[in-house]
Amino acid sequence: MKAVRKTSRMSIAPAEVEQTQTLHEPDRPWITIVWNDPVNLMSYVTYVFMTYFHYDREKAEKLMLDVHEEGRAVVSNGTRESMERDVTAMHGFGLWATLQKDE
Amino acid sequence: MSGGFALDRNGRFVLRLEPVERMLMISLCEQIIELVAPDEADPDADPLAAAVGIDAAAMTPEDPVLLRLFPEAYTEDPAASSDFRRFTERDLRQTKLNHAETVLDCLERSGEKLLIPVALGPSWLGFMNDVRLALGERIGIDDDFHEEVADLPEDDPRLAMVGVYDWFTYLQDSLVQIMLP
Repeated sequence: MKAVRKTSRMSIAPAEVEQTQTLHEPDRPWITIVWNDPVNLMSYVTYVFMTYFHYDREKAEKLMLDVHEEGRAVVSNGTRESMERDVTAMHGFGLWATLQKDE
Repeated sequence: MSGGFALDRNGRFVLRLEPVERMLMISLCEQIIELVAPDEADPDADPLAAAVGIDAAAMTPEDPVLLRLFPEAYTEDPAASSDFRRFTERDLRQTKLNHAETVLDCLERSGEKLLIPVALGPSWLGFMNDVRLALGERIGIDDDFHEEVADLPEDDPRLAMVGVYDWFTYLQDSLVQIMLP
């Protein structure tokens, strides 16, 4: 029984994922970008990503290093309204952030 | 120079400041307050718009320090940036003002030893970051700056600012290290 259930669950999974993507894609075409600057501390940027976005330390540090090394990182995506909220919050923390339509 | 932030047995942040450091920090609070405080209400301004945080007169600042504290939200869309600024800048100024006033209040209530409730940590971090952003812009901090400092003439006014900037870098990092989840 267990095995059968598992199989049927697994066969359903891809369909669910596909549906989720089609449903959400039109709502998530905007992104928030954080840009590198010479003042903000690496520790502080990590702290901001952890406390505001609730990212775990690993993800927050990875994004912080992307900002530091690549010059920018996409830190969130969603509707234009929610990205404007994120950018406002980033500016409140003193990070340099912009939003744009995802390409 | 005194040490950075520490955590005491009762879960409060402790910061010890020399009298001259305390006076300097009070002065920096006052300067940030002056810099970020929203303009006095314009008698012709729409009171309803002001009440909901809209500043119809908000424009891209010419002062690079203000532009760093209140940056453009769109890189390639000046009209959208300008709309965003009208709708958000007043609240953003208020956030930064609250941070500086919270720190000023802590400093005025205490002597050389500050005991700061953890709930005020984010305001301290935000205030110290604003001071560093403002100083960094005035000094012209870039990634190579600290190598260039060695070559500055002794009477260069930026040297004093670099001293304060480095002190705040040290202080801010010591508080972040305690506050990281």
